[in-house]
Amino acid sequence: MDSDSKTEAIKRAKVLMVGAGGIGCELLKTLALSGFRDIHIIDMDTIEVSNLNRQFLFRQSHVGQSKAKVARDVVLRFMPQICITPYHANVKDPEFNVDFLKKFNVILNGLDNLDARRHVNRLCLAAEVPLVESGTTGFLGQVTVHIKGRTECYECQPKPTPKTYPVCTITSTPSKFVHCIVWAKDLLFAKLFGDRNQENDLFVHTGDGSDSVKPTDDIFERGLDEVPVQYGRKIYDHVFGYNIEVALANEETWKNRRRPRPIFLGDVLPEKLILQNGNLEKNCLTEDLSLSAMSSLGLNNPQEIWSLAENSRLFLEALRLFIERRGKDIGSLTFDKDDQLAIEFVTAAANIRASSFGIPLHSLFDAKGIAGNIVHAVATTNAIIAGLIVIEAIKVLEADFQNCRMTYCLEHPCQKMLLMPVEPFEANKSCYVCSETPLLLEVNTQTSTLRDFVDKIVKNKLGMSFPLIMQGAILIFEGGDDLEEDIAANYALNLDKVLTALPAPVTSGSMLTVEDLQQELSCHINIKHREEFDEEKEPDRMVLLGWTTPEKESQGVSNGENMAAAIPAAPEAINKSEEVVVTAEISRTKRKLSEMSEMTEVQEIFQILPDTDANNSMDPQEVEENDYDNDLIVLDENPEASKKRRLQ
Amino acid sequence: MDGEELTAQQTALYDRQIRVWGVDAQKRLSKAQILVSGLNGTSVEFCKNIVLAGVGSLTLMDDRLVTEDALQANFLIPRDETVYSGRSLSELCCESLRDFNPMVRVLAEKGDLAQCEMEFLDKFDVVVVTGCSLKTKIEINEKCRKRAKRIAFYAIECRDSCGEIFVDLQNYTYAQKKSVGTAECHLSYPSLEDAILLPWRNLPRKVSKLYYAMRVIEKFELSEGRNPGELSNFDLPAVLKLRKELCDAQSLNESHVPETLLERILVAGPMLYPPVCPILGGILGQEVIKAISGKGDPLKNFFYFDAADGKGVIEDISNPSSI
Repeated sequence: MDSDSKTEAIKRAKVLMVGAGGIGCELLKTLALSGFRDIHIIDMDTIEVSNLNRQFLFRQSHVGQSKAKVARDVVLRFMPQICITPYHANVKDPEFNVDFLKKFNVILNGLDNLDARRHVNRLCLAAEVPLVESGTTGFLGQVTVHIKGRTECYECQPKPTPKTYPVCTITSTPSKFVHCIVWAKDLLFAKLFGDRNQENDLFVHTGDGSDSVKPTDDIFERGLDEVPVQYGRKIYDHVFGYNIEVALANEETWKNRRRPRPIFLGDVLPEKLILQNGNLEKNCLTEDLSLSAMSSLGLNNPQEIWSLAENSRLFLEALRLFIERRGKDIGSLTFDKDDQLAIEFVTAAANIRASSFGIPLHSLFDAKGIAGNIVHAVATTNAIIAGLIVIEAIKVLEADFQNCRMTYCLEHPCQKMLLMPVEPFEANKSCYVCSETPLLLEVNTQTSTLRDFVDKIVKNKLGMSFPLIMQGAILIFEGGDDLEEDIAANYALNLDKVLTALPAPVTSGSMLTVEDLQQELSCHINIKHREEFDEEKEPDRMVLLGWTTPEKESQGVSNGENMAAAIPAAPEAINKSEEVVVTAEISRTKRKLSEMSEMTEVQEIFQILPDTDANNSMDPQEVEENDYDNDLIVLDENPEASKKRRLQ
Repeated sequence: MDGEELTAQQTALYDRQIRVWGVDAQKRLSKAQILVSGLNGTSVEFCKNIVLAGVGSLTLMDDRLVTEDALQANFLIPRDETVYSGRSLSELCCESLRDFNPMVRVLAEKGDLAQCEMEFLDKFDVVVVTGCSLKTKIEINEKCRKRAKRIAFYAIECRDSCGEIFVDLQNYTYAQKKSVGTAECHLSYPSLEDAILLPWRNLPRKVSKLYYAMRVIEKFELSEGRNPGELSNFDLPAVLKLRKELCDAQSLNESHVPETLLERILVAGPMLYPPVCPILGGILGQEVIKAISGKGDPLKNFFYFDAADGKGVIEDISNPSSI
């Protein structure tokens, strides 16, 4: 296609961007400069200070405003003649349905979570609109193109779902710092400052059976004449001292594990320091969210790893400040990574617990990264990826599908390349999303309930939000808020029934059809009864098959009836992850998904060894045009997955 | 780097990137003085990146007034004649860049870097040039190399949908991360002049064709007295003739410098393909950040990107004995 028709195709194109953040800002700017005239952009977020290091369309004065709207306003200022339509909304909202997407020539994702990506993927397949996906983390990035019928869809290679941890690991047997963070954040913090009515497993002990130590819940009620210092000491001694002693009493737990040691305040801090408050300026009118125990105590360096004693002081001071300065928040607070005092409290609590269990302590900076699921990010990678996205988008508009590529932006060169293009993969024939192959579910139909099936399989694994579940023509369940009362009540009854006891009994050999109308996704699941499941490896007591699994399964799933909701994962800081090193050879490469917990922006990371071959041979002979011009790196998937073939 | 800590404001703003390269690197960045000569689609991308990164200062030199060509792929200049009329590119870009990060000093310097006194360069840790002739690039590079303090030199060029970055860090030592700990690494970069003087037949067989194409175009512009990008399809016969001369002199088969590639560059003239600018500007940004912070393997010494094949490739054009 010559450049004039290219220009025409761009001018006429109607493009939808999903996400106006790190990639979004760079992408919108580049689209505008490249001649695009009709751009729609969806983003539900508002601008935060930590965005400003890379989301360059935003200024300090914009903090709190809609990203989509501000991005549009700023770009229009330097390109006034184009049309940008912002939506300050969640892409999962029903207004962004298949009909909406059909109006666009191409969809460009700049998202930061798996859930939304899967959702958009399904809509694009249903609408038959090409999708350009992308992600970045630090210096790594990638761009992939998904065209129905020609390439794999985004879900052909299942992406690791966010990591969750077994309840007992969090409540009783932590072995990593992240376990301590999850405990501090989702249990202790929630118990002290959050909704009192919410179920909380702070006192569940392994081997306790169903006997949670409820009476001591009263500990968390602060007496009218109990001053913060007393209260703080009481809590400290209870969760770090007494609770550990109780846990130690259960010999079985510690047979093969390192015993934790109970920590009592009196052993860590001299009486004087326990009673001494920090030095917060009396007339210091700080905003709630920047109130800080750290600075009050003179602990000024967030990169420093503080001692057990310092963490203990921080714990007490943070608690005191919450009570004395933010009393109105107590009882309704949720953890927010931008809440300085909350971060300090969680860091301190996690560190004390870590100390108890012999786990290395961490700095506030690192703890914040883990607790807040913070993805490290820089402007340059986003800019590079945005350029690559636009190049692919233009190829799609020109229907130049042969030349569409997946491109990887690497930190260390692979065969001299920092930007590595790869031909898109063919669709996975057993992908339940784009190829309608039925799945197989192994489940104990006599003990698992419909609720188990809906929560663990349909919502969690299959990513459907408002599912319909049918057996043949009979509707077993419908999710959604718009159901009539009596119908909804009926379904609610069904949820607690075991599968064989449902009005239309589900037994071995049954086939269920699960649909999400909004995503226009329909999926068939064949049911096979199985008696036994491995507690550790199959904690869901259900196994979904026929769905190509990623090489590294997320370890452990939160289980236990007591959990009000699955404990969300708090991943290790990305730079602490164990990256799997891949050897790259010219003809054959092996690829493994790196073992990173929730990769919010990049789902597949390639960490590749630097070049070893130094090809310096002199060869002045005629060079075939084909010799290295069209040298594409062919990546083999793991052997079990479908074979990759070049696209015709 | 001990002494001054980052301010609370800096720590908050730079949180996400500190998680990438660490506090020490951020401190070094905040002290760095950068000079950019020539403002076009790629160099403004670099400017945006380096300002966001939080350098100490950025000085811009480009006295040209706004033209259609100058506006292409430049998001720092509003398309409003009442705003830009009569003002230089450096002034206008300066204004916009300041907005991106109030903690960075952004200045416009009048004049032509090629005419500057050598001492002028002493203010800077990094010099980036674009849109100038080969002769100028070489001169400025030489001046940088003559100064007592090391000045990192970069040249960036984009034509049509392909581009080149040249890096000269002179003698560069840094701690390279290994699987266990770090190891001290020494790199010796040739000057631009020395690099391009290396005989073509001694270069690795699979060196990017863009390397040769750029050299032919450079030579052509020089011999015809053209400004960079002042080209058209009418120049093709003359350029092919020059290609033959150079390849014969270098004992290199002409197929290493495809006619299609040369033609593409000629037809484009001064035009660049906008999506390529953030790619080149991004790579350059990363490189400068690495050089200032002393963290990460800097690329040595040429980088090529071509949207036609989508590859971003590093070429080491240096005398093996000096490595």
